[in-house]
Amino acid sequence: MELCDLPAFQISEMVRRREVSASEVLDSALNRIQLVDGRQGCLDPGSITDEDRKKVHAFISITTDKARAQASAVDKKIAAGEPPGALAGVPISIKDIFCVRGTNSTAASKILANFNSPYTATPVNRLEAAGGLVLGKANLDEFTYGSSNESSAFQPTPRNPWNTKHVPGGSSGGCTASVAAGEAALSLGTDTAGSIRQPASFCGVVGMKPTYGRVSRYGLIAFGSSLDCPGPVARNVKDVALMLRIIAGSDPHDSTAAVVPVDDYVAALEKNVKGKRIGLSPDYFKITYPVPASDSFQQQAIPQDIDQTVQHAAEIFRQMGAEIVEGVPMPNTRNGIPAYFVISRVEAASNLHRYDGVKYGYRTPGELDDLRTMYRKSRGEAFGPQPKLRILMGMYVSAAQYSEQYYMRALKVRSLIRQDFDRIFDPAGPYHLDALLTPTTPTPAFEMDAVYGDSVMMQYADQLTVPANHAGIPGISIPGGISSSGLPVGIQLLGPDFSEANLLSIAHAFETATTNEPWRSVKPQVLQ
Amino acid sequence: MSDAISEDTFKHLVDLAALELSPTESQYLLEQLNNQIKAIRELEKIPIDKDTPPARHGVPFPVPICPAPREDRVELYPHVDDLLSQVPDIEDRYIIVPDIPHTELE
Repeated sequence: MELCDLPAFQISEMVRRREVSASEVLDSALNRIQLVDGRQGCLDPGSITDEDRKKVHAFISITTDKARAQASAVDKKIAAGEPPGALAGVPISIKDIFCVRGTNSTAASKILANFNSPYTATPVNRLEAAGGLVLGKANLDEFTYGSSNESSAFQPTPRNPWNTKHVPGGSSGGCTASVAAGEAALSLGTDTAGSIRQPASFCGVVGMKPTYGRVSRYGLIAFGSSLDCPGPVARNVKDVALMLRIIAGSDPHDSTAAVVPVDDYVAALEKNVKGKRIGLSPDYFKITYPVPASDSFQQQAIPQDIDQTVQHAAEIFRQMGAEIVEGVPMPNTRNGIPAYFVISRVEAASNLHRYDGVKYGYRTPGELDDLRTMYRKSRGEAFGPQPKLRILMGMYVSAAQYSEQYYMRALKVRSLIRQDFDRIFDPAGPYHLDALLTPTTPTPAFEMDAVYGDSVMMQYADQLTVPANHAGIPGISIPGGISSSGLPVGIQLLGPDFSEANLLSIAHAFETATTNEPWRSVKPQVLQ
Repeated sequence: MSDAISEDTFKHLVDLAALELSPTESQYLLEQLNNQIKAIRELEKIPIDKDTPPARHGVPFPVPICPAPREDRVELYPHVDDLLSQVPDIEDRYIIVPDIPHTELE
């Protein structure tokens, strides 16, 4: 095992004890990137080669000089006897949806390809202040719009380290791929409909969507301002807890960052699950899909691989003394995607209006007579199809003659989704659950090009994760097993508002209890 | 409720969205939008009590967890040159853009 494969908490301990230097850790990570990543995503990639198809391509940019300076600063602090921070020497990838001063912060879009950020996002600031090394900006779906990472304007797009013919998931596909491939020990992603949890499940890593407002969104290029949640990605639960402890907390720059004390998530891991009430809902074991060439949607049972993985997890919890509560009704689960199609698009259309070629970003070249032509050409030339779809749908469903029927109705359905969770987590209610255990995704990672182009099918990949975004509650995806096709299967735990400590302790208990299960010793294809 | 988005409505949306699209793009986007409308129309089937409130976000934000607004005091941004260095066309710290042609008001 190389240094870069070690857990973040172990790397940090070794660096602080001077067993290794931060510079040595950085070298290990950069060597791993060199070995597995292939070329970084760019706007003009030419043909995708056979060699490209075997690599991970997790990054848009690698910030080697910045990381070296940070490693050197950590090593100097340690030599001087100063505290270097809880993440001293830990290599971290940052989803390129976060502004980081001095880096191109592109949102994986041509419209921001040349945008050099003048400031740094709060979660990134906190990671850097804790001694973390920013390795580079991870690739993503353009403006986070997607569930496969294929929509990025920066190609080649990331591939799944477990099987590079398959997608890593999205939109935080570069984040989860970089962690699964041992390039980064930690990654900072975002989750708006499942964009941390779904790719974490696809890539066999741990990914958490904190409660909305738990982590500041200052410096996060906005998609859905009522839905976006920055969150941690790592290879184990303790690392996620460590990272969340650092990035969480109120922020004077973000009025939606809640003033709620940050628990010691690492200390909370040792609580056991004995007596915890963990629910299973039949509504999460059905998947909804559009019937081709028709207006209808149908439901079918979730694939057996995935069902069995979750049932196995329930049995593990049962053996540890948790009470498994079956038959928990979550009737509005299937309404999550339709409501999301409306709410997220309205917010996206609003948030994308600022990209006009005037003050920053792409401006159409050539002399023009009319400012409005400049807007249309700049936006038309530089936005990809996914942003265009979101803007157009957002404008349609919020138009005066339709907003009551679509937008207001979707907001009311959001209330119903929230009520489902309120009912099951209510301490005085009939279920009074500590957590709900569900599959994370309807399928394991699908093949590249299998779904991209069908925007409805692609969105339905998030049907089991999006309810938590509507409700704002926290959720975590952890590896639960390997499917018969050799791809990771994730299990998801959802909990009440600001119950991250509880979710992390339950996840940690599962991870510990399954340490010696055979599937845990299988490695991703790129590391074999 | 509305049916599929017509080509005229689509063109109007494109205009509002300040986009310029090729015919191939327009065809693909309109097809996808109308497929998405089918999913959105699933919302029509959900019985909603008239007292159900619209939820602009999921998590309640009572006053105790809302950050207090900062003091209303002017704070000059310290890195103006960093911002101006991003401007595509600039002269003497003025951002240059095409004109908006004058039109007669009817």
